[in-house]
Amino acid sequence: MHELIIHGAEWTDKIGFVYPNEFIYWSIQIVMYPYMTGLVAGAFVLSSLYHVFDQKDLKEMARFSLVFSLCLLPVAMMPLMLHLQQPLRGIEVMMTPHFTSAIAAFGIVFSTYAVIVMSEIWFVYRVFFVEQTRALKGQSGLANNFKRILYNVLTLGAYELSAEAVAKDKKAVRLLAAIGIPVAGFLHGYAGFIFGSVKANALWMSPLMPVIFIMSAVVSGIALCMLTYLIIMEWQKFRAILAKGRGDASVELLRGVEMDLMTKTSKYLLMFLVAAITLEMLDLIFRGYTAMKSWDVLREVMFKEDFVKIFILQYGLGNVVPFILLLIPGLTIRRTAIALVLVLFGVFMMRWNVVIGGQAFSLSFVGFMHYDLPIIPHNLETYKEGLLGALTVVATPFVLFWGVNKLLPSLTFRKQ
Amino acid sequence: MDCSRRTLLKSACAATAVATLPVSAFRLFSPAECRAETGKPGTRWIFLVDTEKCVGCGLCVKACKLENEVPYDAPVTRTWVERYVITSDGKSHIDSPLGGRDGFTSPKIDGEEINPKNITKAFFVPKLCNQCDNPPCVQVCPVGATYQTSDGVVLVDRKWCIGCGYCIMACPYGVRFFHPVYKVAEKCTFCYHRISKGEKTACVQACPFEARRIGNLRDPEDPVTKIVMTQRVGVLKDEYGTKPQVFYLGLDRSVR
Amino acid sequence: MRNHVLRPLWLALAAVAALLVVRYFMVPKDFGVNGRSFTYGFHRLSSVTDWQKFPDKYKGREYCKDCHEEKASENGASKHRNIQCENCHGPALGHPDNPDKLPIDRSRELCLRCHTKLAYPGSQRGQLKGIDPERHNPGQHCAECHNPHHPDQEVG
Repeated sequence: MHELIIHGAEWTDKIGFVYPNEFIYWSIQIVMYPYMTGLVAGAFVLSSLYHVFDQKDLKEMARFSLVFSLCLLPVAMMPLMLHLQQPLRGIEVMMTPHFTSAIAAFGIVFSTYAVIVMSEIWFVYRVFFVEQTRALKGQSGLANNFKRILYNVLTLGAYELSAEAVAKDKKAVRLLAAIGIPVAGFLHGYAGFIFGSVKANALWMSPLMPVIFIMSAVVSGIALCMLTYLIIMEWQKFRAILAKGRGDASVELLRGVEMDLMTKTSKYLLMFLVAAITLEMLDLIFRGYTAMKSWDVLREVMFKEDFVKIFILQYGLGNVVPFILLLIPGLTIRRTAIALVLVLFGVFMMRWNVVIGGQAFSLSFVGFMHYDLPIIPHNLETYKEGLLGALTVVATPFVLFWGVNKLLPSLTFRKQ
Repeated sequence: MDCSRRTLLKSACAATAVATLPVSAFRLFSPAECRAETGKPGTRWIFLVDTEKCVGCGLCVKACKLENEVPYDAPVTRTWVERYVITSDGKSHIDSPLGGRDGFTSPKIDGEEINPKNITKAFFVPKLCNQCDNPPCVQVCPVGATYQTSDGVVLVDRKWCIGCGYCIMACPYGVRFFHPVYKVAEKCTFCYHRISKGEKTACVQACPFEARRIGNLRDPEDPVTKIVMTQRVGVLKDEYGTKPQVFYLGLDRSVR
Repeated sequence: MRNHVLRPLWLALAAVAALLVVRYFMVPKDFGVNGRSFTYGFHRLSSVTDWQKFPDKYKGREYCKDCHEEKASENGASKHRNIQCENCHGPALGHPDNPDKLPIDRSRELCLRCHTKLAYPGSQRGQLKGIDPERHNPGQHCAECHNPHHPDQEVG
């Protein structure tokens, strides 16, 4: 007989009095979704800091984070497709959007954002596409032919390389980067609104949610770009050392550029980190002070059930420790890397504590639900909504980047 | 590059405005914007629960599951009955085994024996979808798969629901769930297929003690309407502004 | 020199146009704002009739009376007259065509729904006659001594 699957029953453990239909319906993939969209938004904002606000020291980072932002885009869709009970109907959000729902905004905001990112990339790489089309002319081989045709299509027929045309490209990039910032803000602000507007959920309901989400999204985006860039730079350094020896000038150059960039970018990271934690503290203090009907059960969840997850892992390891690490003078690569990993972990825990934490207590306010993340899947559902499903989502942008980077090289650095 | 920043901002605003154009396209091309009256004209369905009459037999839950094809053994149900036992120490003992599907056949609550001498009051509370006047579940549906009919019943379009679960999260009463077979959102429909034909809902018909009744708020002669208008009735969680249309006689402050 | 700057915009607009074309075919023609408002009435109109056409399973006492007159009047004179036949026998569905016989449930659990004694003050349950299922003839079918259709009578 076909197994009857009650969505949520498998990984929900009920304690106390919980309404019969209550299960943890929004599980790991709903934690992943705001996390991935946050990375998208953050990566884009980082890129825009260079293009719009002329932060020249971020030039190398800007190109990289823009391309990485593109790789993160389709991945932002993945958690939703894995979560939906009817994934093939997902397109309905674009067909009949019910705009009173925050999720309906997804269709518009996401498409707008995708268009902006892709357009900006086009303007940044147009000259490269034209140059490549010309360079590959006359070169034989299937791969070269394929590449040439692809680049040709990507030029969209705009072959002008005059100074005027290139200036127009730069102006367009600036414009798109500027528009993109509020749109990236929207993309993540609305994700915060999805939760913040649910009056039925005592933990989620707060006007601060959209702002908290935006701040921590930017934090995670900057941290991810810094970390990925750092890893790639370390790899290049390693190759240079293997080829030319440790003391070689090229290795020193790499090291210098890298540290410089890390120190400067980390200042932006710290600013947003402070903003994020301030808002979260404000939310917590207000709830405790006003002590509404839900306060008793929320206090149980936050200070007993989820104490370690919230105060030790998220605030402690994810906020305070990296804050200190980045502020201690004489920043090293190793310390930066540790701080960045902790920041990314902290933002992930924030998403977890909001999504899962909001379902840790029953609507009855006298019951609790424990979430047992499925580790080893035994059917499609426990794969999609389990650890492996989450890891699939995490791995995909890197896999995509490996491929996309061949088309849109983004890892050059300027020779001083 | 002196006035470039101003031009940049100007163009940015204009471009953002242009980017919102696709939104209006949806309205231009939207099919049939007919303000059709769905459901029985001159009707607003309401429900009355008498917690003093309910004995916790659970025959309503059984009838609902069988009438509405909700898998009998699944731990989800369109309606359920909760048991409240308040003891002299002020504690509330609450349970709802399988939603009350098999009734309450043991005095133990969650395996705990309660001394009958300590019970100060005890009662049963049937619950179902409140068919709210301002349903938050309808407001949050991203695709228009759930809606309110003109006679006040909130329904789910099984062919259109994408199964995101937002409506389930938005309901303060916990009446929604995912149907295990159809894999879409599911909830009590006031047996819309029955009341539209002049029949009673399965649970109202099944109840031997008249603890459940359905009526029409727009009909002043309706016996249920008369009770709601003249007697002291309560509703669940009124602080959320949902305007629920299931009214309770004998609603105690300990009811969750 | 043609201005190339707007090319991505044309591409985006083409994508929107494609979406609108797909939408024309995918979305049912009766989908729109029906009834009260966009907030509460945005749906496919025919969904309402879909629900109205949902088949009935329970038919009610009057339906059973047509053929089972004797049982119905016996029951109608007893303390169990407010219990629907289908409460214990399950929904009529297409009976007598399909199924030709409705189940007869002789389990103790069926009767214990009401007759497990729970002395609850303030609830009608406290007033129902009941037993302690662990003490009163455990394991035996209730119907061996009590007539479910007319419990006031002794079973012969």
